[in-house]
Amino acid sequence: MSTSPVVEEHETPSPDTGGARADLRPEHIRDAVIRLAGNSQDGIQSAGAFLARLAGRSSQDVMTYMTIPSTISGGASIFQVRIGSGEVLSAGDEADFLVAFYQHSYDEHIHYLREGGVLLYDSDHVQPDPEEKRFVHVGVPITGLTIEALGGTAKDKGKNIFVLGLLAKIFHFDVEKLKKLIAERFGGKSEDVLNTALMAFQAGFAYPVGNVLTRLYHFEPVEASDRAQITMDGNQALAYGLIAAGVRYGAGYPITPWSSIMEILRAELPKYGGLFVQAEDELGAVSLALGMSYAGHLAITGSAGPGISLKTEAIGWASMAEIPLLVVNVQRGGPSTGLPTNVEQSDLYQAIFGGHGDSPRVVLAASTVEDCFYIALEAARIARKYSTPVFILSDTSLATRIEAFDEPDLAQLMENSAPDISPRDGEFKPYALDHLTHHAPPGSRMLGGKYPVVTGLEHDEMGHPTGSPKLHTAMTAKRRRKLQDLAAEIPVPEVHGDPEGDVLLVGWGSTYGPIHEAVNVARERGETLSAIHLRHIHPLPDGLEQIFSRFQRVLVVEMNDEGPYGYGQLASILRARYCDPKIRSLTKTDGLTFRVREILEGALQ
Amino acid sequence: MTTAIAIPEEREKLTKKALTADHPTWCPGCGDFAVLAAYYKVLEKRQLPHENIVTLAGIGCSSRFPYFVNSHGAHFIHGRAVPLASGVSLSRPDLHVFLFGGDGDGFSIGGNHLEHGARKNINLTYVIMDNFVYGLTKKQTSPTSPIGFKSKTDPTGAIDHPVNPMKKLISAGATFVARSHATQVNHMIQMMERAMDHQGFSVVEILSECVEFFPGAFDSSIPRKGGTFTVIDEKKWDNAPEDEARHDVTDEIAAYRLANLPFPGLFGVFYDIDRPTKNALEKKWIADTRTKLGNRSDLEILQKTFDRMK
Ligand SMILES: Cc1ncc(C[n+]2csc(CCOP(=O)(O)OP(=O)(O)O)c2C)c(N)n1
Ligand code: SF4
Ligand SMILES: [Mg+2]
Repeated sequence: MSTSPVVEEHETPSPDTGGARADLRPEHIRDAVIRLAGNSQDGIQSAGAFLARLAGRSSQDVMTYMTIPSTISGGASIFQVRIGSGEVLSAGDEADFLVAFYQHSYDEHIHYLREGGVLLYDSDHVQPDPEEKRFVHVGVPITGLTIEALGGTAKDKGKNIFVLGLLAKIFHFDVEKLKKLIAERFGGKSEDVLNTALMAFQAGFAYPVGNVLTRLYHFEPVEASDRAQITMDGNQALAYGLIAAGVRYGAGYPITPWSSIMEILRAELPKYGGLFVQAEDELGAVSLALGMSYAGHLAITGSAGPGISLKTEAIGWASMAEIPLLVVNVQRGGPSTGLPTNVEQSDLYQAIFGGHGDSPRVVLAASTVEDCFYIALEAARIARKYSTPVFILSDTSLATRIEAFDEPDLAQLMENSAPDISPRDGEFKPYALDHLTHHAPPGSRMLGGKYPVVTGLEHDEMGHPTGSPKLHTAMTAKRRRKLQDLAAEIPVPEVHGDPEGDVLLVGWGSTYGPIHEAVNVARERGETLSAIHLRHIHPLPDGLEQIFSRFQRVLVVEMNDEGPYGYGQLASILRARYCDPKIRSLTKTDGLTFRVREILEGALQ
Repeated sequence: MTTAIAIPEEREKLTKKALTADHPTWCPGCGDFAVLAAYYKVLEKRQLPHENIVTLAGIGCSSRFPYFVNSHGAHFIHGRAVPLASGVSLSRPDLHVFLFGGDGDGFSIGGNHLEHGARKNINLTYVIMDNFVYGLTKKQTSPTSPIGFKSKTDPTGAIDHPVNPMKKLISAGATFVARSHATQVNHMIQMMERAMDHQGFSVVEILSECVEFFPGAFDSSIPRKGGTFTVIDEKKWDNAPEDEARHDVTDEIAAYRLANLPFPGLFGVFYDIDRPTKNALEKKWIADTRTKLGNRSDLEILQKTFDRMK
């Protein structure tokens, strides 16, 4: 691969128009946002995924953003890949490169292209505005050339790979690595399929794009980190995180965007001797999972908001009976069927308060795709230690985007999972008031002769039902104290940016990337801005008030509604917790991830 | 809890005393007492390892069962005990899963779970104490209340067509379906034993009188009150001419025919077939998958998966 010296350094590619040049020298770039816009049946998702995986294999940072079409068999769809030689925190507000497959792709997405950006379009389908001078126009008869290369019948299958070839040329991608990825992807199918894909790739790569584009690009080489990079989406990371955490049993019911977690677990768990059951509905699913947890396994169930609503009664039982359980909510736009394929963080209240009675549960939120993996380990640790239900909040944007991250050290992290059915002595009390409950699952011999009943009725230390006012008070406090003990144990999040100053941004969940990028951008501009990001949301870690006290304003950034009193869900909780009027809210409800620009405007106005 | 505990090698015999826990809180005369007594008898007779007996229930008077049995147990929420028990059964093949509940718990709020537990043929034994009324909540109409039954929610008499438990269970796919009566202890014991020996989703509906809110509901099936308790005459497959007329428990249509008889109908095994359990099918899938992978360690399997994502 060429490593010619740096000619000019640009943050993003900024080619000018001009005639053909023979001596195209690649320009080094650190970061590029490439948006592929077409229809989902064109396979733009898989072309984007190839780019993401390639970047991962090249130790580059990568983040993707895709829209799931709401129609089933196709419809307009985009895949955006941001590849960087440094840290990539968001999928990018604007694209440097727009690949438009159709006129509608052009019409809808041209305004995402930044000034000076490159429009690469299929000249067989797209007529760009001839008056438009802000962009570099590169027309390639993608459809025609693909037909030429593959024959008419294969054309719809090959355009994405043709474009991949074109991009490989333009960005000096490692062709051998890409071909290997294509071979891995299609190798399992017939040889024909693989050959067709490789022909399409070759045709795109051979196209003399240098005749219309004066500059080619080359990502600054990055030093290979000592850990390999793995590339996956957030749902995969969460599912494999659960497996690493020793979770072997679970049950669920399909719903977007949770389904792929249960699909992975259904297929994967048998390899580990475990089982995931597709239940008849979400209440059945959580009940199955509770049966598995009661039997001594730490089980997992999950859904999106509507299905979590159905599970709430049984989660109350888990609180009362003190059964460990993992509940994943991959949030989407709500309420009701809402915006099933868009992103929102509007189920935080539901996770914390969505139950009857005083029913303590722990709520964690994953901040990045990588964190989806680690949060599963943390959730399992807490559920086991405190014998309690633990929510893991993710969302549509984490679920569907692909990121590359350092390979986890599995040998260090893997948890064992067999139920503890060792005999219990005569002192055993399922609900002792003076220490944490750890149940004796069925199969455990009770040497004192008394076998335990776990129950959703208020109970004494032995699990006998009781209506005693004293015991209800004591047991309610016991269950609540788990959260207080946890709050004291979990780390206070680190401040990103200046340790004190004017504005502190507070985020949770998938807003991590844009919030941190906003802080970086502001600081590069010479302004002060800081952020903390919460992974443990309920309970909150002790010590946040010290951080808040060092800032003039605390602005909570979240994708949910400001409610009747003007504060989003986390903001309301923080205000209730700290009674601090300087805690304010920056919310949005357009079903899209935060743009860095939106955060900067909200923070620095 | 895992520190050195002296574990007695000798196991004491499982006696009624060892199986008895809290004194039942049922009303004096409630049919459920007899069901509990029959369960003790079955456990005493079969001498299963004490720690492997699991007694589960939903919510209702009948569902308070687990407190009265000294075994591992769980008292769950209303209507969802079938999936709870399924989770235990599927994840712990070493256990004997017994589930108890009422007609409202099983056929109304839990009706859909019942369908799917039956269809999947999950290996467990489910005893439904049917009293034709909601006992715990004090006399509302239940899904098995007969038309005309005056309850607090139907003061002028129930009007909705009741569930036929036998038909519902057979059509759902339960592989062992029987009916018994709380006044017939020996019959209950027989039915419970056959149910627990059955591989798959085995259900025994037991008519169990709620003396408080529906007294006399089952008089027509109690001989000492002038009723008839008629047991199904099962085929003996002995080529005797009288065998012709006997009931073939594997014949679904015949089972429906019996289930259609007017109240009080017949008692005994309506339906009993072999069909692979979900437990067995999943177990085979797991075993095949593990064999294909050469029984590698969990770490090796996950590492290999991650290697493919590089
Ligand atoms: C979700 C929910 N809804 C309603 C109830 C109230 N409830 C408790 S038991 C019961 C019905 C009991 O009838 P059945 O299942 O026939 O049992 P029985 O008391 O007759 O034995 C009802 C409605 C509840 N506990 N939980
Ligand atoms: S109310 Fe009826 S079912 Fe409940 S304990 Fe009393 S007699 Fe039995
Ligand atoms: Mg009842």
